[in-house]
Amino acid sequence: MSDPTASNARRRRSELSVAEGDTTRGRRPMRRRVWFGLAIVLLTTLAACSTKQSPSIVDPKGTEAHTISGIWWLMCGLASGVYLVVGGFILVAAFRGRRTETGKPSRVRDSTFIVVGGLIVPAAILLVLGVQVVHASNTLRQPEKDPLHIEVVGKRWWWAVSYPDQKITTADEVHVPVGRPLEIGLDSDNVIHSFWIPQLGGKVDMIPGQHNVWRVTATKPGLYRGECAEYCGLEHARMNFVVVAQTAADFDAWLVRHQLPPSGPSDQLAATGQMIFMREPCAGCHTIRGTTADGTIGPDLTDIGSRLTLGANTVPNSEGYLSGWIVNSQTMKPGNLMPPIPMSSSDLQALVAYLRSLK
Amino acid sequence: MSTVSAAAAVVPVPEATASVGGEGRPTPWWGMVCLIMTEATIFAGLIGSYFFYRAAAKQWPPPGIEEPKLTLSIIMSFVLWGSSIPMLVAERGIKRGNQRALRFGLMLAWIMGAAFLGYSMKDFSELHFRWGQNAYSSIFYTTVGLHAFHVFVGLVMSGVVQIKAWLGKFSEERHVTVQVYAMYWHFVDAVWVFVLPTFILSPHIK
Amino acid sequence: MALTDVPSQQTHGKIDPEELEEIWADAPGVPGFFSTVDHKRIGMRYIYTAFFFFFTSGLMALVMRDQLAAPNNHVVGPEVYNQLMTMHGTTMIFLFNTPVLAGFGNYILPLQLGTRDMAFPRLNAFSYWIFVLSGLFFYASFLTGKAPDGGWFGYTPLTDKAFAPGINLDFWGLAIVFVGISTTVGAVNFIVTAFKMRAPGMTINRVPIFVWSILSMAFMVLFAVPAVTLAAGLLELDRLFGTAFFLPHLGGNVLLYQHLFWFWGHPEVYILFVPATGMISMIIPVMSRRPLAGYLWVATALIAIAFISFGVWVHHMFATGMPVQAMSFFSAVSLIIVLPSGVQFFSWIATMWKGRVRFTTPMMFAIGFLLIFLLGGITGATLATMPFDWQVTDSYYVVAHFHYVLNGAVVFPIFGAIYFWYPKMSGRKLNEKWGHISFWLMFVGFTVAFFGMHILGFLGMPRRISTYPSGLGWDDLNLISTVGAFIFAVGTGVTLVNWFYARWWGEPAGPNPWDGDSLEWATTSPPPEFNFASIPVVASRHPLWDQRPLPTANPNGDDATKSLGPEGAEHHQTPETTGLDARPEATLDLPHPTYLPFLLACGIGVFFVGLLIQAVLVGIIGVAAFVVALTWWAWRTEVDLA
Repeated sequence: MSDPTASNARRRRSELSVAEGDTTRGRRPMRRRVWFGLAIVLLTTLAACSTKQSPSIVDPKGTEAHTISGIWWLMCGLASGVYLVVGGFILVAAFRGRRTETGKPSRVRDSTFIVVGGLIVPAAILLVLGVQVVHASNTLRQPEKDPLHIEVVGKRWWWAVSYPDQKITTADEVHVPVGRPLEIGLDSDNVIHSFWIPQLGGKVDMIPGQHNVWRVTATKPGLYRGECAEYCGLEHARMNFVVVAQTAADFDAWLVRHQLPPSGPSDQLAATGQMIFMREPCAGCHTIRGTTADGTIGPDLTDIGSRLTLGANTVPNSEGYLSGWIVNSQTMKPGNLMPPIPMSSSDLQALVAYLRSLK
Repeated sequence: MSTVSAAAAVVPVPEATASVGGEGRPTPWWGMVCLIMTEATIFAGLIGSYFFYRAAAKQWPPPGIEEPKLTLSIIMSFVLWGSSIPMLVAERGIKRGNQRALRFGLMLAWIMGAAFLGYSMKDFSELHFRWGQNAYSSIFYTTVGLHAFHVFVGLVMSGVVQIKAWLGKFSEERHVTVQVYAMYWHFVDAVWVFVLPTFILSPHIK
Repeated sequence: MALTDVPSQQTHGKIDPEELEEIWADAPGVPGFFSTVDHKRIGMRYIYTAFFFFFTSGLMALVMRDQLAAPNNHVVGPEVYNQLMTMHGTTMIFLFNTPVLAGFGNYILPLQLGTRDMAFPRLNAFSYWIFVLSGLFFYASFLTGKAPDGGWFGYTPLTDKAFAPGINLDFWGLAIVFVGISTTVGAVNFIVTAFKMRAPGMTINRVPIFVWSILSMAFMVLFAVPAVTLAAGLLELDRLFGTAFFLPHLGGNVLLYQHLFWFWGHPEVYILFVPATGMISMIIPVMSRRPLAGYLWVATALIAIAFISFGVWVHHMFATGMPVQAMSFFSAVSLIIVLPSGVQFFSWIATMWKGRVRFTTPMMFAIGFLLIFLLGGITGATLATMPFDWQVTDSYYVVAHFHYVLNGAVVFPIFGAIYFWYPKMSGRKLNEKWGHISFWLMFVGFTVAFFGMHILGFLGMPRRISTYPSGLGWDDLNLISTVGAFIFAVGTGVTLVNWFYARWWGEPAGPNPWDGDSLEWATTSPPPEFNFASIPVVASRHPLWDQRPLPTANPNGDDATKSLGPEGAEHHQTPETTGLDARPEATLDLPHPTYLPFLLACGIGVFFVGLLIQAVLVGIIGVAAFVVALTWWAWRTEVDLA
């Protein structure tokens, strides 16, 4: 259908050519700017690619992350192609009529543009994508034979981790055997949290009143960062955890060590420390198996000495940090629910020695 | 100052745009239609929530709460729905200029609506569970209460419309307010068509 | 005001246009400010107020970016950061994007439709006052020392009384319900105006695409806003009245909140996006000097989006652990919704393809929009694929995506619309050179700020965190993003300065500085109070291109046509037309200025304050004021129509 306004348009154009201003300015600076834009994109991407220490979803160490990473690269290819082609169309369209009086005609009808570009091609691409995704969705998170059961309860702002079959309770650190299917029960008794280990797979929310289950298998030994991925209040940013993926042998050894009741304090300093633990308010919030401390408000401390981090992956687990945490954790994680516990430095030394002996 | 430019053409409204006076609905009527659509969505959301809770519940109503009483509820529901008839009479009446039909129709509809509202209040006062007791009680009181509130607002509006009616402000030519109000009232009745089965009848279906 | 050869001023010797101005003018000063019902004043007020919130919220974002520029930073602690991120998100959605688009709709619709005001001018004023009061209500939370900090979507149980005992969250929940009244009432006004108040001959398939987009938006509002009203309303019932809607231990359901919230939340993003595309659909054809390609396709796409947008909300909840089969349906529909957007996209490309593009500032913003929305739409399609969403939802990938679509694909059209329509609204042109500078700073700043966030999401950075440790490879990208944010901010500031200068010293604009095609360009700049002394007759989609000179309608002596001519303007009337064919049907008496909308809004405001501070007496006073004002209003309606 020809443009009914052509004659009018011509008349108007001649009237307006004076009023337009910057019509010829655009071309070369425009091209420069396109390259500039591409450069930004490239640099940003490069800036990112050099990071090996990130909990990256495209550095998969678990079955789900592998599958999703594959889906991603397919989408990345499709997306880049679409962006370049359609972006090219946009830029060509913008400049096409430049040197003409009334715009460059085209044999392609408007409706063809719209139907092919806007409907048919996207539908085809989405169909390809959809098929891949349906296939992947059906294979992910399926129940497997003989999984290892782990239960994680999201707290504010830490993780209560237990292995029900092995009767082990710990916190903020999840040990898993490589190659064995995991079935991780996820709950919360307070606000919504979300359990995310980017290198192993996608996240699942921990919703009060609802028991969720995540199924995944780790494929490589290593240390992986886990994070809370649902805004849960003041210290959401410091609610993270460590995943220790171990070979089957190492994991079994860890299990055995943790299933044993902890031996009593090994030396005088530690014994003093245990006394201080019982004397101070500690036992009211924390549990240490094998003692009378059975508080459940805070994390179980039975194996605190062997953990890699403190405060839900907020600080490393060292003598200095542990001391600081006890005396005033508010300086490291303001607003967390553990109050400062002031004590003399000798008492603190003993207590820390005791806690670090709990492996 | 009052010079006129002859450049713009003044054309009689051409055939294709000839007037069709009086056929369509006036703007306030369409405004009320839109309002009803959005209010209906609120009730739909509440009813949907009711079934959402029910689907997840082991026992419904929860332990300690008895099923809603049926007999009087159903009777009074027909009273409420029946009030649409005098309302229709009132609206049709004024369209033909019949002031009596308008006045007495509005009055009868008001009485029937007030009876329903009175019953609702009495029923609420006799319930053995508090608003905040659990999810069931919360959604029950809120939805049935919201409907009752709509009835109440309708009665207040009717009061204003009736005052105008008795003052002779409506006629065969001018009665947009009556039309708009009548639609609101029918809407309130229609909502009860959905709320009654959901909140009063369905707990009896196990 | 000088007479020009402008159809809107044509009185054909019957009435002095200056007399007409006086009949329609508001009282001067403060009384006029509170009593106006003129859609143009109200529309501009919406825009100015919304931009006040835009810049306030933008400053908050800059503080957030400053905090995130380096790991373990101490610009603000978590307590303040969480308030900033809540206020920023809530403000941008509820107090900027939604109202500014409504403001443009308010201003432009009656002009594009060829009528003298909206269908319900007093309701229009009311919806503005509700917006302002709800915004003040929301920001009054700062006076208590703590702003809301539950995130912009306020998930339970975090926002339950047990975990958020302070009054700050009540400001949030009540403000959401409060502002919803404005949006809903505004939508009713748009729908009835678009259907019943058009120039004769403007059949439904000759209506400007911007009007179609506002219609689509308005229908979505009617069916979506009740859901968020319920979400926030039931939350507030839990908080203030001890109900158990969202308390799991009493049979309540935490996920129900999310369903209700997102049932609104997804259509809401289209409520924002669709009018923005309507603006683009006005700008691109004018700047390409040819009609929009595929008008029917685009109108159909706008309707399709309105429907389909209600079928995708669960894609915000893919990680909640619901059965995969059930969620797959939503995944599929979320892919399908790409298609109507694709239709619009290629319509714009086709329009430019055969046109001759002028790189004016509005067009620059339109092209910027295209390049940004292309990526935003693509990332949206990736998010529709459930397994991938499991990885990147609640990470910075999603933050990147929604800023691409809600900032890039909504704010850029808004800025384009400012440069496009401000000359009409004020009679002054904005400076083109500074407009280009503003655009480039915004475009470059935007890309630098938000592109890298996609990668941060891949690198495992969750969203809504007030800080992060070093050594995770997130440091550089965050710093780059902060730099970009500041560049973007400067870009918006340039337009602010441009506006300020133009307002007083800008070059005068004629009636049609861009050679536009729709009826708003048939009036003076700014238009007279009455818009059109004589209503035009429309015979094309592009009246100002195809109908030169623009004919005006002549009253035929019957009730339906008597307000078409200047006498109609003289009697403060406008024609009512049939829904599809736009044939004159009746005469609508337009209300005169009144304080009632303001009083009504105040009554509602007082009621909400009573709820907030749990003071029964205050609540009752509010309700009483509301009832009195409403009754008086209803009474006056009859009187006005006498």
